[in-house]
Amino acid sequence: MPAHSVASLTAFLAAGSFLAGLLGSLTGLGGGVVLIPMMTLLFGIDIRYAIGASLVSVIATSSGAASAYVKEGYTNVRLGMILEVATSVGAIAGAAIAVYANTRFIGLLFGAVLLQSAWSAFQGAHEEFETHPPVKRLAMYLRLDGTYPVNGREKRYYVQSFPSGFALMGVAGLLSGLLGIGSGAMKVIAMDRIMKIPFKVSTTTSNFMIGVTAAASAGVYLARGYIEPGLAMPVMLGVLAGSLTGARILTRASTPLLRRVFGIVIAILAAQMIYSGIMGKL
Amino acid sequence: MQRTPHLESELSTVLRFGVVLAAIVVALGGAIYLARHAFDVPNYASFHTEVADLRSVAGIFRGLATFTGRGLIQFGLLLLIATPIIRVALAGFVFLRNKDWLYVTVACIVLALLLFGLVTGK
Repeated sequence: MPAHSVASLTAFLAAGSFLAGLLGSLTGLGGGVVLIPMMTLLFGIDIRYAIGASLVSVIATSSGAASAYVKEGYTNVRLGMILEVATSVGAIAGAAIAVYANTRFIGLLFGAVLLQSAWSAFQGAHEEFETHPPVKRLAMYLRLDGTYPVNGREKRYYVQSFPSGFALMGVAGLLSGLLGIGSGAMKVIAMDRIMKIPFKVSTTTSNFMIGVTAAASAGVYLARGYIEPGLAMPVMLGVLAGSLTGARILTRASTPLLRRVFGIVIAILAAQMIYSGIMGKL
Repeated sequence: MQRTPHLESELSTVLRFGVVLAAIVVALGGAIYLARHAFDVPNYASFHTEVADLRSVAGIFRGLATFTGRGLIQFGLLLLIATPIIRVALAGFVFLRNKDWLYVTVACIVLALLLFGLVTGK
């Protein structure tokens, strides 16, 4: 890896991050997962700096997108806030563990998360669950049930299995704190597969929570010196610009081909990350 | 679910404002950093912790006085980290206005966790 000057490294990182943000937002797979392999494998940057830069970028893109989504009426703010208790605890614990975990372990875990992300790229949209009123008293007491717009009308949904969903959110927070990613994929699984919440509500509420989850571990990363301004600057600005561009050009048409191509890229990165982790090259 | 009035639009405003402000400060800091250090060759291949002024909230505020590019970028990133925290506080405030005590409590717990994460750090 040739040594880059500040100018060329900034230019390359900004361009790469723009592309990651663009593809992440077009495919709905999130840009964060490819940022860390890009920085470590392509530029030879220490994984701790990569995690720090990725984490702040995650806050930027999720907050930017959430500001648009939250007005559309899909986001379940109450549910998001209560689940943030679980993700914040998980994230703080994850960041604390990350300090003691060796980079080889982090690399392997990251590879596994990438594989899961690649796999999800090949999953088609699935049917919405029809949920009915007889729910647990807890969800009712917490007033978690909601409505969401379908063809201009409000359709009701009822939150199921709240405790299991809450627990899985803790795990999502843990991964986010350990790896400096948004772990949006796992948040969506907790909401749409387990709590049986409509997909669009799950994705927007997940996105709404990502900023808080990331902010919970950001303090630990900052104090440990993981957040290097020279790297975080081009990465954060690049991803933000890329994801905003993606959101703008994203039409109603689905992008299955793009999803598959990006899924293959992620799978290759996963293999490379696991290989580097095993060889101790991270 | 009865919706909480004004909650969504207020949260949206604070999120957009925070991200835009942070991006502007980071870009400004980046411009200063590039103007002064474009041809330095940094070593990021091995980890060495940051200087103290770039590692704590108090340090970042102290560093602002010296007006370095790196300090300004870090201040922008701090604004970015503060954005979701302020969003939680604002939501708590809106719940308070609606006397939704349960969710005031939830917001306070999340806020306490976030501040704990930011302050204790190490």
